[in-house]
Amino acid sequence: MTSDRIEKRMELKAPVSRVWRALTDYREFGEWFRVKLEGPFVAGKVTRGQITHPGYEHVKWEAMVQKMEHERLFSFTWAHPKSLRKEDYSPDYAGEPTTLVEFRLEKTAAGTLLVVTESGFDQLPGDRRLEAFRRNDGGWTEQMKNIENYVAQKPS
Amino acid sequence: MFAALGDETRLALVMKLCGGQPHSISQLTRGSRLTRQAITKHLRVLERAGIVHGVRAGRESRFAFDPEAIAGMQEYLDYVSEQWDQALSRLKAFVEN
Repeated sequence: MTSDRIEKRMELKAPVSRVWRALTDYREFGEWFRVKLEGPFVAGKVTRGQITHPGYEHVKWEAMVQKMEHERLFSFTWAHPKSLRKEDYSPDYAGEPTTLVEFRLEKTAAGTLLVVTESGFDQLPGDRRLEAFRRNDGGWTEQMKNIENYVAQKPS
Repeated sequence: MFAALGDETRLALVMKLCGGQPHSISQLTRGSRLTRQAITKHLRVLERAGIVHGVRAGRESRFAFDPEAIAGMQEYLDYVSEQWDQALSRLKAFVEN
């Protein structure tokens, strides 16, 4: 059965304070996430902005900051729009179901262990699946799987 | 969608339907302690989640499994997961340089 969460663990060769700043300073966050945010992250407040990732510049960023526990936990909820394609993208996220994104930091000998989780996909309606099929990269993942299955079924 | 499957009765209904053959409500109620009404209610939940769909066969309503719904959600999770991999590798480069 499909899981309803995503978890990523990553070792960073940088002190916890440096990673914390890259995550919670809205300008620094915007640099690597590729979003131009209008203002700082404040717990209990919505942060808005515009995606700068090539091809997705029409997409609006909107996240509700949940927790900011200094150098330990940063979390927010955000909506998954029905489609990100320019032709059928709707910038109105009001009432859309959201998922919870959490960044947890832990000091290690080499620097920082970052654990990112996104959960609550069970809240998303089934039609979100269409999005994955529409995307080129999603399509490619599918194609790769098809090739993999094909090869697995026909060894030699 | 996951909520729709997070129920033993509904999971059992999906197990019966995933063979590919559409079943009528009477067929699905047989062997179950639940009433026809209760089974119908569960089928509607599955239908709304896009996991099964109703097909009319004469006066009778039958239900069929829609495997793409489940495959598609996994696909979407894979997609979001891939986006995170890319964003986090940018974060790594950003803080390590």
